[in-house]
Amino acid sequence: MKHLLSTADLSRSDALQILDTAEEMAAVSGREVKKLPALRGRTVVNLFLEDSTRTRISFEAAAKRLSADVINFSAKGSSVSKGESLKDTVQTLEAIGADAIVMRHWGSGAAAQLASSGWITSAVVNAGDGTHEHPTQALLDAFTLRRHLSRRHGSAPHGRDLEGMHVVIVGDILHSRVARSNVWLLTTLGARVTLAAPPTLMPFGVDAWPCEVTYSLDEALATGPDAVMMLRVQAERMKDAFFPSAAEYTRSWGLTDERLAVFESTSAADAIIMHPGPMNRGLEISSAAADSPRNTALEQVTNGVSVRMAVLYLLLSGSAPDSQEATV
Amino acid sequence: MLSAADIDRALTRIAHEILESNKGPENLVLLGIPRRGYPLAQRLAAKLAGIEPGFDPEASTGQLDVTMYRDDLRRSTSRTPAPTRLPARGVDGAVVVLVDDVLFSGRTIRAALDALSDIGRPDVVRLGVLVDRGHRELPIRADFVGKNLPTSTAERVQVRLTEIDGPDGTGESAEDGVSIFDRADEPGDAR
Repeated sequence: MKHLLSTADLSRSDALQILDTAEEMAAVSGREVKKLPALRGRTVVNLFLEDSTRTRISFEAAAKRLSADVINFSAKGSSVSKGESLKDTVQTLEAIGADAIVMRHWGSGAAAQLASSGWITSAVVNAGDGTHEHPTQALLDAFTLRRHLSRRHGSAPHGRDLEGMHVVIVGDILHSRVARSNVWLLTTLGARVTLAAPPTLMPFGVDAWPCEVTYSLDEALATGPDAVMMLRVQAERMKDAFFPSAAEYTRSWGLTDERLAVFESTSAADAIIMHPGPMNRGLEISSAAADSPRNTALEQVTNGVSVRMAVLYLLLSGSAPDSQEATV
Repeated sequence: MLSAADIDRALTRIAHEILESNKGPENLVLLGIPRRGYPLAQRLAAKLAGIEPGFDPEASTGQLDVTMYRDDLRRSTSRTPAPTRLPARGVDGAVVVLVDDVLFSGRTIRAALDALSDIGRPDVVRLGVLVDRGHRELPIRADFVGKNLPTSTAERVQVRLTEIDGPDGTGESAEDGVSIFDRADEPGDAR
């Protein structure tokens, strides 16, 4: 594995290797010395050209727990705001000594372009590119789902996929890179995925995706899914009228107190509510659903560090120039 | 080179040697290094319990993964780390015996010592191996050795244990054994 750009080109065994490695990374946080020496002397650059708090902090924590040096770079107050091109920016960062570039970019496909451009030899990790993909978010969601599934079976999560799980993803599918990455990854791992959204927020060509589509959240909840993933209503991407009003969105597509009661009665006792954060309380999720013991939002944040540690470790180990491996 | 009976006898002797050098089973913790060190540690623990009924094998055996502490992470292909399982008592103040199948360059043991120091502070650390094949690259030696096997670097020592290589594991061998191959015509499973 040289880069992590998209979950669509992750094979089942690649995905399981990342998740299994993440399990061991998670064990480190319970130890006396919460640090591993694996990436000592390597430099990870967080190149964030779009606002982000949790993803950047999570990658920073992950790199530091592996003893890597971290350089944070954001668009604001940098040479990018002076009009420097991406090519010059990343070549400068590599000249400073970057071994991996974790990039968030507003443009869909930016990470793939960077990885295939030949501008740099560093490993590229896609930390969100426009409305395209956010692979580490999907990996941490799969990690969270897998832990719940293995708890149900009373066995260790290692080597297990998500066979038999039904996950409903609700909300702004159109603009959601989280939804896209999850559809590819969760289906690769054998889960059944249903997308639930108003027609205006469903992407064109969704019928070709390996998932089911419904235009009613209530119908989706009635099937008793193992997990319901509420997507954030991304106000910054809502430049057109995708729905009449916030109140109307909540009424049809929010996880309200009433829908929470339905979910608790129809789904399994260990079914979970997921949210990639930050949550808009009262809009896509009610306060009761946000504070419910079934809500795994904080667990997802914790798991995110473990998953990102696994990704950085797998990309940066065995990456000396003499060991050439295929791009994944 | 070693049959199942040879391995069993060597482990019995090592168990006695551990008890002799420790003057009993007090504070003993056996930590196996994945993959084949762990079943060896379990077998040793069972033998210790057979000799000293006061010894609890469950509460004194664990597995110590050293993947993240290796010095060849940059060069070798990515390895998936194995779980580290520690006995509930931890390793602080314990007499830890690291257990591995083959002692070769000593680099794995160097990594294990680093991994151990991140987990706690044992009073004493000892090393027990089934096979010492020589060719050390670091100043490390074993305290308990099942068998010294003089080898050339062109050869490969293969240890088969039913727990890992048995019908339920990856290999097909139904019996324990140790053999030496030329690297040129080595069988699949590269360690």
